[in-house]
Amino acid sequence: MIYDTYTVFWREIVLLRKKYKSFFAGSMVSPLLYLLSFGWGLGRNIQFGSTSYLDFVVPGIVALSAMNASYNATGSSLNVSRLYHKTLEEFLVAPISVTSLVLGNIFSGCFRGLFSSGIIIIFSYFFGANMHLNGWFFVSLLLNCFLFASLGLVAAMVVSSHEGMSRFATFVILPMTFLCGTFFKVEKYPTLVAHFVKILPLTHSAVSLRAIAMNTGFPLVSLLVLTAYAVVLFALGVWVTYRVE
Amino acid sequence: MIKISGLCKYYKEVKAIDRLDLTVKPGEIFGLLGPNGAGKTTTIRILTTLARPTAGNAYINGKEVSRKKAEVKKEIGVVSQTENLDVEMTARENMELHGRLFKIPTRERRLQIKELLEFVGLTERADTVVGRFSGGMKRRLMIARALMHKPRILFLDEPTVGLDPQVRRKIWDLIRRLNGQGITVLLTTHYIEEAELLCHRVGIMNKGKLIALGTPEDLKKKVGKVVVEVPNHNETEYHVFEEREEALQFAAAMMHDVVIRESNLEDVFVELTGYKVGD
Ligand SMILES: Nc1ncnc2c1ncn2[C@@H]1O[C@H](COP(=O)(O)OP(=O)(O)OP(=O)(O)O)[C@@H](O)[C@H]1O
Ligand SMILES: [Mg+2]
Repeated sequence: MIYDTYTVFWREIVLLRKKYKSFFAGSMVSPLLYLLSFGWGLGRNIQFGSTSYLDFVVPGIVALSAMNASYNATGSSLNVSRLYHKTLEEFLVAPISVTSLVLGNIFSGCFRGLFSSGIIIIFSYFFGANMHLNGWFFVSLLLNCFLFASLGLVAAMVVSSHEGMSRFATFVILPMTFLCGTFFKVEKYPTLVAHFVKILPLTHSAVSLRAIAMNTGFPLVSLLVLTAYAVVLFALGVWVTYRVE
Repeated sequence: MIKISGLCKYYKEVKAIDRLDLTVKPGEIFGLLGPNGAGKTTTIRILTTLARPTAGNAYINGKEVSRKKAEVKKEIGVVSQTENLDVEMTARENMELHGRLFKIPTRERRLQIKELLEFVGLTERADTVVGRFSGGMKRRLMIARALMHKPRILFLDEPTVGLDPQVRRKIWDLIRRLNGQGITVLLTTHYIEEAELLCHRVGIMNKGKLIALGTPEDLKKKVGKVVVEVPNHNETEYHVFEEREEALQFAAAMMHDVVIRESNLEDVFVELTGYKVGD
């Protein structure tokens, strides 16, 4: 099973090696834009309690970039492979387990998500942000990538058109980008809205990454919520892939 | 080898396959014919584990397809109707992916890739990105890929659609050679001459049902040996006769110029389905 998972991942590596330049450049654009506009442009003029807004916002940007990168990696490429290129068939007629197929794709998504996050973390140092990075930071980040890669996979297997995929992204991914405590604290919302936003997974990614990076306590609840999302979405991913025709 | 019994596949109200029974013998080249939407691809998709039957059973080498997926997958090779190669990868990389998916050890895999690319005449293009291949080259690569894990049964869904006559002949030779090595072949086609020249037995499907089955000769005998074509305004009428004498008598009574010829599989098809091939 590990070998099969690796095979699925291997294909991703082969493809990435071919277009590493555009992959590299592509992974940098949106993180840089976020850092420039929110971190530097907006952040320098905002005093935010005792800490700088830059320190506050960088973990949020890491969370949302990782979400976008991992979601798109599985979501759009698998959907295109299922509906247009039909390359998914090659995997479906092969004697590999559904779990391997799903895991291999999710790992590819995680890989891209982690890569994007790495770029932001490196850039943010040049912008002068301070972050505590430790193992738990990595764990939160990995959970974040894993759950959104799974979500992308579920969407790719269920949605039956390219338009449907972009609609899903517009209604689910885009709102999360801005609402989930990435650029400001969720507590600023009216209570009802705050409760709703607190259900969403990206909120917990932002909260836990921020708590660790700013060293303001251990985000146990958020980590548990992220784990729950990861497990449920992964199981759902296996189920829908098993059912796909 | 392949056994289908009472197979049904419904897509909402569409009955893609409607209680199909069929047996394909070991070592046979079996052809499925039928108009568009007859259910040929659906049948192949069920046999290759890509679709679930609504009812009924399909067996490959005695194994129920939807229950023993993993075992069945190892014994079959699949060439789909759609080109499902990875267009961003080279021919070699596509083959390598397949080899890895079927867990062929590295050394054997390299050897297989070399031999099979040779076999389908793609050695020089091994390191070209598949997106730059012509349709015929893609088809041949798909066949080579499907053979890598040495399947005992090969499914070919319209293997020669859209190919020029030379390439088509090459693929026929390829299929015959494979069959000579003991591989059972189930193919679908819209080309009557393909079925007539290549297949040991032919099944004609229409609206999800098998409406005729037998060797091409049997089927031709069944509709009649001689055909008289009578031009009638813009359409041509076909009249089929058992014996030459009957046909001649009929033709003599006609006002127009008529064509008298031996029947072919196309006549069988038209007679049975009410379509002309390609309609
Ligand atoms: N995924 C699907 N969803 C809904 N209907 C489908 C699906 N796949 C096939 N069908 C329907 O099932 C019927 C049989 O289709 P199938 O593709 O098996 O035909 P075919 O004999 O291969 O035709 P062709 O010669 O055009 O390839 C058609 O009416 C088609 O519309
Ligand atoms: Mg078809």
